[in-house]
Amino acid sequence: MSGSGIRSSKAFATFVENIWSSNPIFVMVLGVCSSLAVTTMLANALVMGLSVTFVLCVSSLLISLVRKLIPEQVRLIVFMLIISTFVITVDLILRILLPDVSKALGPYIGLIITNCNLMGRAEAYAIKNPPGRSVLDSLGTGLGYTLVLLILGFMRELLASGSLFGVVLLRGWTSWNLANIAPGAFFLLASVIIVFNMLKRKKKTAVVTADKPRQR
Amino acid sequence: MSLVLIVLASAITNNIALTYFLGMCPFIAISKSLRGAAGMGLAVTVVVVLTTVANYLAYYLILVPLRIEFLAFVVFITIIAGIVQMLEILVERYLPSLYGIFGIFLPLITVNCVILAVSLFMILREYSFWGTVAYSFGSGFGWMIAITAMAGLRKHLAFSAPVKNLGDAGITIVLAGLMALAFLGFQGMLA
Repeated sequence: MSGSGIRSSKAFATFVENIWSSNPIFVMVLGVCSSLAVTTMLANALVMGLSVTFVLCVSSLLISLVRKLIPEQVRLIVFMLIISTFVITVDLILRILLPDVSKALGPYIGLIITNCNLMGRAEAYAIKNPPGRSVLDSLGTGLGYTLVLLILGFMRELLASGSLFGVVLLRGWTSWNLANIAPGAFFLLASVIIVFNMLKRKKKTAVVTADKPRQR
Repeated sequence: MSLVLIVLASAITNNIALTYFLGMCPFIAISKSLRGAAGMGLAVTVVVVLTTVANYLAYYLILVPLRIEFLAFVVFITIIAGIVQMLEILVERYLPSLYGIFGIFLPLITVNCVILAVSLFMILREYSFWGTVAYSFGSGFGWMIAITAMAGLRKHLAFSAPVKNLGDAGITIVLAGLMALAFLGFQGMLA
């Protein structure tokens, strides 16, 4: 989409595009639930982001490998079964390796199944493209998602308790409780969206003026 | 009495959209018109009660006795998809007037996180059978209140000029934050 696709291959361009210019949360506003619910602590946000990325990549790989065998009428239920199988895998792994985080994330790991990004990528990309490109596409989406979760987790944990990854950084910090509760999550996401759109608009106008000067 | 408390708590003080952030995608995408929002809310309420009760039965009568609780995710999502599909066919066939109001939203509902989340919470919180009915109804109804109120608020946006960089989704998120603040006021009401 943006003009820099000359030297990079098409697949790589999709990868970058999914991280930034069509970021799953900022631009598409998909999968917002978990991005708000799990970002009270930076560690939880990181685990959630990586879990989503993992499920995205492996389910895309599998769907892309068997894409010619899936009858069109039942493809949605096949996607769903594949995705939920990998979500169960992630849930079991987390319960064993990181029991505390798993408990804190509660039902939100299970809710990866209904994260619209997974169905979205399967339906829009993996069903039509070869495995390599599908995984790259999903990796971009997953990393874009993780990026937003990390930004929100960073802001919320720092503002609410003056710590990062549970390590206290700001001593004597008056905890800003608003960042910890639901309304604060909405306001912080909205402010991050403002900054994102400002950056994007700036970049776009820069590209436009470089290509062909337009009077405004 | 405790059933009434469960309904009120899940609909108002612990509103599923505004405190647990569930069902945000349709909450932002479909709250442009009041009619659409109400239809979607109604569809979610009906489906969430049916599917949660079915999942309750499947979990405690089949999965627990067989000790295969870890399969819950796959079983739940399959049951949800099946019920939604069946409901769509039945409503279209026998209640065409109702189909116009909320039937068109049914295909979207399988991936609405409210539906799956209520089933998962039902297990985590170990509700009884009637508790499950009350909780699922309260959650669906609360989500309907939230999305209808949001549609009402968004109508007034036509007369105001929010920050340009916020975009359509951004201003909806700010409104949701304000609504969540307002709903915080209900807390303590049921303590």
